[in-house]
Amino acid sequence: MINYIFKRILYAIPILIGVNLLTFTLFFVVNSPDEVARLHLGNKRVTQEQIQSWNEQRGYNFPLFFNQSETGLNVIKKTIFYEKSVKLFYFDFGISDSGRDIKYDIKQRMWPSLAIALPSLLVGLMINITFALFFVFFRATKVDYIGVIFCVALMSISSLFYIIGGQYLISKLLQLVPISGYAQGVDAIKFLILPVFISVIYGIGSGTRWYRSLFLEEIEKDYVKTAKSKGLSEVSVLFNHVFKNALIPILTGVVVILPLLFLGSLIVESFFGIPGLGSYTIDAIQSQDFAIVRAMVFLGTILYIFGLILTDISYTLVDPRVRLK
Amino acid sequence: MFVFLLTDIFFYIIIFSIGLYIFYVRKTKDILETWKHVFRSRTGIISIVVLSFFLLIAILDSIHIKEKIYNEQTESFSYESEIKSVLDIILLPTYKNYEKSYSSPFSSNLYSKETIILENNIERRVYPKLLYKGNHNKYASDNTANILLTFIISLLKYFFVFSIFYLFFYFRIIFKSKNNIFIPFKLNKVFLMTLSIILILSIFLYELSLQYYVLGTDKVGVDVLYKSIKSIRTGILIGTLTTIVMLPFAIFLGIFAGYIGGFVDDVIQYIYTTLNSIPSVLLIASAILMLQVYMANNPLNFENIYERADLRLFFLCMILGLTSWTGLCRLLRGESMKLREVEYVQASKTFGLNRFSIIVRHIMPNIMHIVIITIVLDFSALVLAEAVLSYVNIGVDPTTYSWGNMINAARLEMSKEPIVWWSLFSAFTFMFILVLFANLFSDVVRDAFDPRSNKNYE
Repeated sequence: MINYIFKRILYAIPILIGVNLLTFTLFFVVNSPDEVARLHLGNKRVTQEQIQSWNEQRGYNFPLFFNQSETGLNVIKKTIFYEKSVKLFYFDFGISDSGRDIKYDIKQRMWPSLAIALPSLLVGLMINITFALFFVFFRATKVDYIGVIFCVALMSISSLFYIIGGQYLISKLLQLVPISGYAQGVDAIKFLILPVFISVIYGIGSGTRWYRSLFLEEIEKDYVKTAKSKGLSEVSVLFNHVFKNALIPILTGVVVILPLLFLGSLIVESFFGIPGLGSYTIDAIQSQDFAIVRAMVFLGTILYIFGLILTDISYTLVDPRVRLK
Repeated sequence: MFVFLLTDIFFYIIIFSIGLYIFYVRKTKDILETWKHVFRSRTGIISIVVLSFFLLIAILDSIHIKEKIYNEQTESFSYESEIKSVLDIILLPTYKNYEKSYSSPFSSNLYSKETIILENNIERRVYPKLLYKGNHNKYASDNTANILLTFIISLLKYFFVFSIFYLFFYFRIIFKSKNNIFIPFKLNKVFLMTLSIILILSIFLYELSLQYYVLGTDKVGVDVLYKSIKSIRTGILIGTLTTIVMLPFAIFLGIFAGYIGGFVDDVIQYIYTTLNSIPSVLLIASAILMLQVYMANNPLNFENIYERADLRLFFLCMILGLTSWTGLCRLLRGESMKLREVEYVQASKTFGLNRFSIIVRHIMPNIMHIVIITIVLDFSALVLAEAVLSYVNIGVDPTTYSWGNMINAARLEMSKEPIVWWSLFSAFTFMFILVLFANLFSDVVRDAFDPRSNKNYE
């Protein structure tokens, strides 16, 4: 087991290097730092000195890979590649293009993100599984058929509609909760209820359908027939056998996204003015702050790989048939 | 003169390949049987008709022309700089005039009050009348009566035009039902019903929009219905072009990795795991941001605003495709690995068939169902994704008609009192209809093609 985890972590390193090279190519090779600086300073009448100083302030004034003017290790160290890409491996995210410490911002903003994402996930999971079990109990009847059609309809609505509609209905017309904003501590709840509610509603369509198909796949297996022929009731088969076994794929599906919850939801956070990592990313994209985007890409990748490793471990914990090599 | 934008050409290629596929299916018996399963279900046939209608609009909107204008002073012909599509020419009477600003659906005046100076120098705050529509009822002065009459007249027009067509169609089915895929007559009713409803609705909408702004006007007074219809092309293009772009990568790399294995497998697996581990929104955002910088710094390459917007749409599809091929590639790799060990593949190997022929003859046809399922499943997700990306400013060009841009523009007007709801409403409705039928269609297709699907319970 420990060997396996070690192996997986080792396997993550080439992937991280690959991601790093890819982002480096995208951000520094496709467009040179000078061109990015020119964009930020406004295209017209920008002098070379202005570009120089803009780059110097943000540490883009080095050559890409080799610094000929330095000696020793500094030939490699005083380059954009080392400063901006390699340092990510030490979790040194540097400063954003607007001059803020990215690491500090991320630490601050990750908790509001989690405060929305975790309740949404848990409540959504419970509601989706309940609905799915309900439909599976009434499988091949009108209830099931209408339920599935309803799910497809829910799935076909744009996420923006849920957000805009929910904000308008609940915050503006009914005035139950504030439209947007955030507060520290317990006060945060009134700001969090609506985003969580909307995230849950948005997930019902696809979630319920997905879990329903998982349950249906399980229900066709032989052990279910055996259980039924033993004379067990439909309800007991459904809860004691089908539900337990279907929990394995459900659990692994949940575990893989657990670390990514820190990244938050881009759209929901930015609509509701939650100071989380999702709105942080959106703001960075909209103000073309590439340093933040680069840091988020790297962070996202690490969290994703971490999620995959967690999934494998959770597999062995819940399913004794699986042995990791 | 015909103008071929980059996305047009790719769209033609898509249509052409759909045609080729249909031709191929009609010749191959077992795939034809599977598709018949789709056509036999009521949901399947309804969604096919609706989607084809959307596709038709997109095709009409993809044939672009520049109009010739005669210059009297120099006595020579020149081409307009504006590019129009065939759809624009068909719809021209409904959208050619612009109002001043917002007006609500079916209203006869503008949405906000303006100060008007009367003859005797008295200033009055009134709702100005609309200039071109809303005050020109054709059939009756009362609005409700007029709409009703318009509906009856469009019904009559519909019956007049299409009775001949239906007679022809009816006899064709009776006499030449051999190769027809709509064999059971009961379903033909569904097909004809859906088609008639769509046709009646579109004639009705056309007639109405000659007299009213059916879905109101936007900030600069453009008909919202026209904008929504124009957005269909963008939506469909993003849904289809993206998959077409990624398909070759996914199929070839997937098969190579699965069938050849070894070092090739390792490399391909590494590539897609790396791409897959970057959260897709961030990857798309980075790529589009860099494209924006490139386009801003090299404005000379993109002189024409149409070409510029078009190129951005094309690159958006490319980038979306590059991020989404990994899932399909992994599925195909697994399937080819399974197929490699199957007896008939082993047999052809011992007979001395080379790798290429085995892949083309035995592997490709047996993974096609996965490809088909993925294409139809991805379509709806991509249409929805466009709106979200436009919201983050990394979607299509702001000058392109798209539902995402409509939502983005209308969102800022949410705080107005009373609320300007019609732009949002129409964008969401159109998107909902397209995505709903795409989802229903993908359900039916998956049931037909997926051997593991829970057929008993559908």
